[in-house]
Formats: sequence, structure tokens, C-alpha cells
Amino acid sequence: MDIIFKNVTHIYQPRSPFEHIALKDISLFIPSGSFVAVIGHTGSGKSTLISHLNGLSLPTEGEIRIGEFTLTKDKKPENLMELRSRVGVVFQYPEHQLFEESVRKDIAFGPKNFGVSEEEIESRIREVLPAVGLSESLLARSPFDLSGGQMRRVAIAGVLATKPEVIVLDEPTAGLDPRGQKEIMEMFYHLHHSENLTTVLVTHSMEDALKYADYVIILNKGKKYMEGKPEDIFIQKEALHQVGLDVPEIVEFIASFEEKFQTKIPFHNQSISQLAQHIAEQLRGVG
Amino acid sequence: MNNLMIIGQYVPGDSVIHRLDPRTKITVIFFFVVIVFFANNLWSYSTLIIFALLSMFSSKVPIRFILKGLTPVWFLIIFTFLLHLFITKEGTKVVDFWIFEFYSGGILQGIAISIRFFLLILVTSLLTLTTTPIEITDAVEEMLAPLKKVKFPVHELALMMSISLRFIPTLMQETEKISRAQASRGVDYRTGPLKERIKAIVPLLVPLFVSAFKRAEELAMAMEARGYRGGEGRSKLRELRIEKIDIGIYIFFIIVAAIVFATRSYG
Repeated sequence: MDIIFKNVTHIYQPRSPFEHIALKDISLFIPSGSFVAVIGHTGSGKSTLISHLNGLSLPTEGEIRIGEFTLTKDKKPENLMELRSRVGVVFQYPEHQLFEESVRKDIAFGPKNFGVSEEEIESRIREVLPAVGLSESLLARSPFDLSGGQMRRVAIAGVLATKPEVIVLDEPTAGLDPRGQKEIMEMFYHLHHSENLTTVLVTHSMEDALKYADYVIILNKGKKYMEGKPEDIFIQKEALHQVGLDVPEIVEFIASFEEKFQTKIPFHNQSISQLAQHIAEQLRGVG
Repeated sequence: MNNLMIIGQYVPGDSVIHRLDPRTKITVIFFFVVIVFFANNLWSYSTLIIFALLSMFSSKVPIRFILKGLTPVWFLIIFTFLLHLFITKEGTKVVDFWIFEFYSGGILQGIAISIRFFLLILVTSLLTLTTTPIEITDAVEEMLAPLKKVKFPVHELALMMSISLRFIPTLMQETEKISRAQASRGVDYRTGPLKERIKAIVPLLVPLFVSAFKRAEELAMAMEARGYRGGEGRSKLRELRIEKIDIGIYIFFIIVAAIVFATRSYG
């Protein structure tokens, strides 16, 4: 489903001393099937932005279109449930939303609310468990007995079990160890391709954005600050520094390498081994 | 968030009322509440109204905001007014309309009681609008201090109060967050039969309790790690001090009270 924002503004508690403009005149286009990273400092409006994607928030001004659904100031789509079943949201620390007595029931909770039949739910559970890397032996356990990482996987499985077309990830790796972070991100990347999802990733990690996203949107103080392909965005070191963001390590490395050896290495989102090969060839050529 | 939840919400500011010692505010408001019940004629009521409006204006909290905060209470005020209008049968008959008979006594009573209500709520909400919860608990602790002599756990009480006040916004945020997460998983809090809606509260309450207990445990651990052991010999970051302005307010208030007692009708 294509996602279109047209001049969207969102204001919390308007006309009170606590009025807060969270989003200001945001327009953007996320084509179906793309992997978009939304980056910004704390308080830049990222979380507000994504809460519009499944109708949890409505714009104070402007219009949002998600597939055939339209959201405006005073118009919730009548089939809000349908929208929510098609846009899955993995919130920050999703393990906080677990509540059922068993892992099986918790994963089944979403699909059940959306009216999926028992047999279908059962087959979906068998499908999503290996996808998130959990074994079926956990199904009968209480989710509160699991480790933090496992709890998060259960929560993610619960969202995946609703079979969304768009998946929204709000810092899905926060609070995990480096290995867990990598596993979770690889998993979403894999799902993005195998399930043909549209993925919106909110992250602080430039590395993840560079590695997985094919489009990057940078927010600052509720406004769209930059947008474009990761390889075009991340070379603009100065502009990024201005809003308190860093460039990915590899870009940083290329910059200092270029400065030290007075050469030029074009950055086109190459992997570390490609870069190493390139440097080796160049050195050989020079020597 | 709920826009009606304004009663009791602190509005930061630097007005005279904000700067008053919280003990002064609590004392004055306490006696104000008592005196409101002594007012019984035009003059005494006017004095109190002027006092309340003066405090309201000098607090510099936007008036629109205060009035909006009173919306849930308007109903109560109007209800009591109507009750008196229909039930009190004193004084002379003013209007005779269909089956209703309105008496002058009823109208006056209704107005008087509504004004009382309005004054009480306005002044007490000014307290919470201009005083941080921490200041209020500090003041309560100080004011209850004499009770320590009879082994009343004043400090613990104040601590409990400030901890619970501290965590109200946190819990509200948490509720908001979890309800959004569950709404995304297809929970419908707004429509459907009552039974379904009550059932929809379970996915909200369970995670809320789990995290509240976890948080309580973490807080206790953090307090112990920093060597907390209660009120004995503990000094304060913010000492409460009675300033000149507080004394000024006391004197002003005593004058107001005196006027009320002088002008109210006896007999």
C-alpha cells in the first residue's frame, strides 16, 4: 500500500498552555514495497508520525492516504479495524504489551481480534514462530517467564501473525544486546523481501538505516529536514551534524581516508569488503 | 490525552501566587473554604468573590484554561441551582408557570449555593494549578510535623504521597502507550457491547500492573542503593520559608475574613 502524507500537521493539546506542535507541514510519499528509515533526534516527531500510519492519531491539519484509506482531521475511516489489520506496528519495547497466560494465546490475540478463524490462526502461529526464531516448545509457557529477548520475539510474532502489508517498526532493537539487534534487524529485512512488505523503520542507528533502508527521511523538530537515498543523505556530514546526527562509520572512515591519502573514493553504499577491495586495488595501482 | 483532566494540573509560572509558600496557600485556602460557609448576604459574598477573582488574576494562569478545567463541575453547579429553584419554597412567589412555582427564596438560595460551589472549586483548583505536587507534599509534611510526637509516621506518609504523585503522569503515559499498542492489535475500546468493552480492559490492566510492580521494585532498590532510610536527620533540598509576602497575604486574608464577618447578617 502506498503511503502519502499531504501537508500533515499534528498538534497535541491545542489551545492550552501545554500546546505542542509535534509535526509541522509534513509531506511525503512512501511507495508500496519500499523500506524507509525515519531518523531524528528524540522529540523530532518520529513517534507521532508513525502513530498516524494506522489511525491511532489523526492529523490536526492535512491529509494522509494509506492505500485506499484516507485520514483527515475529523474523518476516521469507518473500517479502522481493517486498516489496523493491514498496518502492523511494532512499538518501542513491544514486550510491554504482552498480557496473556501463554505465548500461544498472546500471539493469537491480534488475529483473533481481526476475526481470523481458529485454524488459520494455528497455521499462522506455526509460520511466524520460526520466522522470529522461537521454538514451538515455548507456546505453552507464560510470556512472563521468558527472557527479555524472547519476550520481544513473542511480541513481534504477535504483530506478524496479523499478516500486515505494511509493517511499522519503532526502534525495534532498543535495549537488546548487539547480537540480538543484528538478528532482529536481519529478520525484518528478510521478512520485508519474503512477504513483500512495505517497511517503515524508526531508528537512531545510522548503520541500520544505511544497511537496510532504500529511502531515508530525516525529521527535525517536527519538520522534514532531509530525504533521499541513504547514499546521498549520509555523505552530507555537515547538514547531519547540525541536527545532532552522525554519519555511519563507513562514511566517516572514507572521509578520513580521503583526507589522509588525498584520494577520492566514491561512496555508493558499498559493503565493507567491497570497500576494502577497492582500496586494495587503488593502493596496488599507486604502488 | 484527556483535555478535561485539567483540575489539578500544575501550570508552571512565576506569579505571586506561584511564589507563595505552599503552607500559606494551604492554610489560606483551608480557612477560605470555612469562611465561604459563613457568607450569607450580598456584601459578604462580594468580598469573597473579589478575593477569589483577585487570586485568580494574580496567578496569571490563562483564564480560558481555568474555566475549561471547571467544565466537569459546571454540571454540578447548575444541578444544585435547579434543585434549589424547584424545591425551596420560601419568600414570595415570583413566577407561576404551568406546574412550576418559583419562589424568590429559592432563586436566591440557588444563586448563593452555586456561588459557594464555584468559589470552593475555583480556589482549591488554584492551589494545584500554581503549586507543584512536591511543594504540596513538603507543605503537608511540615504542617503535620507536630504529629511525630505521637509516633505518627509523617515522613513516610509524605514520601508515599510524593511517590504516588510522581508516578501518576508516568502511569498515564504507560496507559496511553499500552492502549495504543493493543488498539493496534485490534482491541476496540470505543464501540461494541458493554461486555466486550469490559473484556478489552484486561489487555490494558495486566501489562500496566506488571510494569508498575517492576517499577516499584526498581525504585525501592535504587533508594536502598543510595542509602535511604527515612526522615530521621534528613535535610531538604528546598527549605520552605515564610517570606514577607506570605505574611502580607495572611494579613490581607484576615482583613477579608473580618469584612465577611462584619457584613454577614446575623439573626
